[in-house]
Amino acid sequence: MSAPQTFFTMGGYAAYVWPAYAVFFIVLIADTVAPRLRRRRVLRELRARLVRQQARQDRAGSNSIPTPPSP
Amino acid sequence: MSNWIPLWLHKLGSPPTFYRFAGALQPWAMTLALLLGAIALYGGLVLAPADYQQGDAYRIIFIHVPSAEMSMFIYAAMGVAAFIALVWRIKLAEVVAMESAPIGAAFTFITLVTGSLWGKPMWGTWWTWDARLTSELVLLFLYLGVIGLYHAFEDRRQGARAAAFLAIIGIINVPIVHFSVNWWNTLHQGSTINVFGQSKMSWDMLWPLLTMMLATKFYYAASLFRRARTDLLAMEGGKDWVRKIAADEAKP
Repeated sequence: MSAPQTFFTMGGYAAYVWPAYAVFFIVLIADTVAPRLRRRRVLRELRARLVRQQARQDRAGSNSIPTPPSP
Repeated sequence: MSNWIPLWLHKLGSPPTFYRFAGALQPWAMTLALLLGAIALYGGLVLAPADYQQGDAYRIIFIHVPSAEMSMFIYAAMGVAAFIALVWRIKLAEVVAMESAPIGAAFTFITLVTGSLWGKPMWGTWWTWDARLTSELVLLFLYLGVIGLYHAFEDRRQGARAAAFLAIIGIINVPIVHFSVNWWNTLHQGSTINVFGQSKMSWDMLWPLLTMMLATKFYYAASLFRRARTDLLAMEGGKDWVRKIAADEAKP
């Protein structure tokens, strides 16, 4: 048998060896991707919160009703 | 000695400093992990000869043993961080402990699945209630327990303290996993690698295994840095340094 062929057939154990390697890579890729997605979500939510805060401040500032002086 | 080391550690413990520090080291750790991992895979899958007893099925060892070792190594690291978090109430220690748990659970899961895939052709069964396998399954449940307890509380820091307590109690399982093959009669084979003596493996097979064990260490560092950074952003959302990052990253 040629070398590349033995590599893919794994001496008849391909059905066990390759799924094992697949699980290894799939789980670790998921572990790498998950925090990246979370980071993006966290920052997006934070920006939305900052925009809301800014809008509230602007509204409070533009109203002509005199606000009582804060203590 | 001088007191610059505690001072440096104290500074590193502050979230913005650690955020920058981890951000600088993370790409290097990931690059080393990928490079060493690729070398180990080439050595293990291509260069190493087939085993005289197990044929090519033994090649699962190059991911099974490093993952198993990481499942215990990360638990120990999580336990130490949990202890520091409980005693000194350091926020960064809580983050390190709680963000280690999913990585450890991932490696424990890989260990159990790859072990199962190796057990079927060699032992004729996917699973057996053997001391090594059972204690490793308990390890997975401990990780899931820590993760679950952490998220069960409204207040994150309170959750982290409860989960840290569970993590410390669970450390007792780590030596049980490690020594189970010596303490009980197990179907699982004994240690292949011997730190203080002759390993039961030829060098052709040993070096890819050791390289992969090193690669998974760097992977853990990279993954932990990435996760801890994200967690610090989520925890410190109200602080100026996080607002600045949020604003900077909005610009394309």
